[in-house]
Amino acid sequence: MIDEELVQLLTPEGERVQNADYESTLNGDEIFGLYRDMVIIRRLCNESTSLQRQGQLALWAPIQGQEAAQIGAGRALAPMDFTFPTYREHGIAWCRGVPPENMLRLFRAVSNGGWDPQKYRHSVPTVVLGSQTLHAVGYAMGIQRDGAEEAAMAFFGDGASSQGDVLEAFVWAASFNAPVVFFCQNNQWGISTPSSVQSKIPLYHRAHGFGFPGVRVDGNDVLAVYEVTKRALDSARVGGGPTLIEAYTYRIGAHTTSDDPTRYRIDAEVEVWKHRDPVERVKALLAREYKVKNSDFDDVAAEADAMALQLRDDVLAMSRPDPLTMFDNAYAAPHPLIDEGRRDMIDLGISEGSL
Amino acid sequence: MSQEIFLLPDVGEGLTEAEIVTWKVNVGDVVVLNQPLVDIETAKATVELPSPYAGTVVTLHGKVGDVLEVHTPLITFDVGGDASSAPSPSTEAAPASDKQEGSVGEGREAVLIGYGVANEDAIVTRKHRRKDGAATTSPPPSAPVAPAPTAVAATAAVSAAPRSTPPVRLYAKQHGLDMGALTGSGRDGLITRHDVELALTATPGSSARVSAPITGPTTTSRFVGRELESWATGPKEERIPVKGVLRSMAEAMVHSAFTQPRAAVWVRVDATRTMELVASLKKQPNLEGVRLSPLTIVALALCDAARHFPGVNSSFDTAANEVVVRRTVNLGIAADTPRGLIVPNIKGADQLDLVGMASALSVLVEKARDGSTTPNEMIGTTLSITNVGPFGVDAAIPILPPGTGAILAVGQIAKAPWVVNDEVVVRQVVELAMAFDHRQVDGAMASAVLAHIGRFLHDPAPALIAG
Repeated sequence: MIDEELVQLLTPEGERVQNADYESTLNGDEIFGLYRDMVIIRRLCNESTSLQRQGQLALWAPIQGQEAAQIGAGRALAPMDFTFPTYREHGIAWCRGVPPENMLRLFRAVSNGGWDPQKYRHSVPTVVLGSQTLHAVGYAMGIQRDGAEEAAMAFFGDGASSQGDVLEAFVWAASFNAPVVFFCQNNQWGISTPSSVQSKIPLYHRAHGFGFPGVRVDGNDVLAVYEVTKRALDSARVGGGPTLIEAYTYRIGAHTTSDDPTRYRIDAEVEVWKHRDPVERVKALLAREYKVKNSDFDDVAAEADAMALQLRDDVLAMSRPDPLTMFDNAYAAPHPLIDEGRRDMIDLGISEGSL
Repeated sequence: MSQEIFLLPDVGEGLTEAEIVTWKVNVGDVVVLNQPLVDIETAKATVELPSPYAGTVVTLHGKVGDVLEVHTPLITFDVGGDASSAPSPSTEAAPASDKQEGSVGEGREAVLIGYGVANEDAIVTRKHRRKDGAATTSPPPSAPVAPAPTAVAATAAVSAAPRSTPPVRLYAKQHGLDMGALTGSGRDGLITRHDVELALTATPGSSARVSAPITGPTTTSRFVGRELESWATGPKEERIPVKGVLRSMAEAMVHSAFTQPRAAVWVRVDATRTMELVASLKKQPNLEGVRLSPLTIVALALCDAARHFPGVNSSFDTAANEVVVRRTVNLGIAADTPRGLIVPNIKGADQLDLVGMASALSVLVEKARDGSTTPNEMIGTTLSITNVGPFGVDAAIPILPPGTGAILAVGQIAKAPWVVNDEVVVRQVVELAMAFDHRQVDGAMASAVLAHIGRFLHDPAPALIAG
C-alpha cells in the first residue's frame, strides 16, 4: 500500500513495520487470541452465507476481508464502552459477547434486533445508513453528563460517510468534545459506488475540517487497528474528544447476498486485495516470531467448524414469532396508529401460525 | 431411508424465479453439507447454492437453462436413516396451521424483507402450494371468499397486462412478441420463459427455412471478450449476457452517442520521417529495451497539440453549465484485450518525454492484456487515441469516450504515391481522423489541432526538440 500516512504495523507478508507514532503492545498469546477471533468470525460469516443460499436467512451482509478492522477495534474496547454498529459488524458483536445465533435473528427475520443492547453494551444493528453515528454522539454526550470515564464508538462505512447524519454527528461531536470514536471501515465500495467517487479526499482528512483528528489505518492489519483504536478510545475517555479512524480495507464478497459484485468491479482488483488477507499475515507472524505450531492453528479451525455447526442447528431451530409482535417495539409508549395497525391485523385473522 | 427436498430459495429479497446455469452434482453423487450444488442466475445475480444436506442426490428437478420458480423443488436428496430429527428447509414451508385456510390475508406473504413484489397476484403463498399443487388465487380483501377457479378467471379477465415476470417480459419484448396473445402454462396462468420460447419457435417462417447445410469456416474468433464458435458448428442463434467489459463498453458508447454531439475532421499525412526517426532511434544503444513505435510519436504529437490548443483538452460539464479546460493530459489508449475493449489512460501524459511515453505505453498495453488494469486507470481520460492501423484499415470515426474532448484515430501507415515538388514519389502515408465534442470544440479549432498533429508527424525531429 502506497500511502505514507497509513498506519501499518504488519505487512501483508506478516513482517513487522516500524511506525513513528504507534507500536504494538500485544504479546504472543494476545495476538493468537486476535487470530482465533478472526478465524471464528470468518467461519461464522461463511456459514451464514450458506444458510442464506439455502433459504434459511433472508439476507446476509458478509465481512470477508474486514475481519482485522472489526476484531482489532472490537478488542480495543473496554467493557463499559458502548458501540453502535451497522448491519455488517458481526466481528464487533462477537467481541462484545453477543452469541452468534443472536446475530442471525435479524437476518432470519424472526427479530427486530436479536439481543439486549444494555447487556452487551452493543446496540442492535441499524439498517438506516449513518443514523447510528448520531445515536453514538448522543450517548457520548450522556457519558459526559454522567462524568463517567467511558467512550462511545460508532461504526459506519465509506458509503454512509456521505450521509448527512454522519456529518451532523461530526459537528455535534466536535462542538461538545464528546467522548466518541468514529470508526469508518472504508471497504472501497458503497454497494456499487467506488469510494473514490464519494470523496475526493481521503476520508480521514474530513475530520480536520470538523476540528478533530483523523487517522488512516491499514484495516487489514489487526495489530495496527488495535493500537490506533485503543489510543483514540483512551483519549476520548479522558476528555480528548472525538477521533475519526478510517480503516482502509476491502470487502472481498458482495455488499449483501442480494447483489453481484462482478457486475461493478473487476476481478483483478479483488485479487490484489486477496493478497492483503488480514488473517494470513497474522498467521505468518505467529508461526515465524512465536513458533506457533500447525496443530494450534488446526485447533482453531476445528473450533470454528464446531461453532458453525452449532450455529446452523440453532438457526434451524428458531421459532417463528407471532406476527402481532411486530407492533410491540415500534414505539416505547402506546401509539394510536400502531394500535390501529395491530387491530386491523387481528381483524384480518392474522396471528401466530397463520403465516 | 428418507428423502429431503431442497426448494429453490429466494436468494435476493423478493425474487420469483431463477435459471439453472450449471449443475455441479449428478444424480447418485454423495454430497457433504455446504458442498456447491448448482449455479443459478436470478434477475439480480448469478450465485452458487451450497448443499443444505449431507446425503445422496436422488433427483435434479430441472436441466441447464430451465427457469424454476422460487420455492419449487430443486434437488431431492436421500439423507439416509431417520431424517425427521434434523430440521430442514422443507419443514420450514410445512403448514403450521390450516385454520386460516382461505383467509384474505394469504396474498401478503411473499418476501421476508426487501422491496416486495408489485404484482401480488403472481405471488403464490406457501398455503397455495399445500393444496396438492392446485392453483388458487385469493380474492381481494373486500370481496367474499369465492371458489378458487372463479377467482383465477376473474383475475385473468381484469388484468391489464399478461401475467409474467420481468425477465420473461423482457425476453418477449426483445423478440418482438406480444404476450397478450399467449396462454400461460405456469401456476395461476403465469406466462413462463418456456411459453415464450414455444411461441417464438411456432412463428411462421422461422421453421420453414430448410436448406442444405452450408459449410462455413471452422476457425473461431473473439467477440466481446469471448471465443465465438464457428459459423459451421455454432448455434443458429446465440445470446450473450451483457456484463463486464461488454457492459462497460456499451454503456460508455450509448452515453457518449446520446450526450456528446460529435463531428470529425481528417487528414492524410506523409509520415515517412516519423517512420525513419523511429527506425533510427531503435538502433540507438542507449534506447535498448525501450519499445518505440510510431504510436509513441503520435501520442507525443497529440499532447503537444493539446499544449498549443488547450481548448481541445476539455469537457462539457452539463450539471454545472460549464466547460472544463484541463492543463494536464490523461491520455486514453483504446486497447483490444482478451476481455474486450477497454480504454485505460496514462495520467499526466503531457509531462512525458519520448522514452517516458514509450515506457508508459508498453506498461499500459501489457496491463490491459493481462487484465491487471485497475479501475483508477480507466477514469479521468481527457483525450484518447485509437490505433486501428494494425487491423489493416485506413481510418475510423470513433465515438468519444464519455467526458473527453477529442479522440484521434490512426490508420495504417502504408506506402502510397505522394506529390513532392510536383513529382509523384513513394512515401509512407497515414490517415488521421479526429472526432471531437462539438458542444465546446468547433471545426476551426479541431482542424487546427489535427493540422498541428499532421505537421508533427510530417517532421517530428524539430517538433520533439521544441516540445
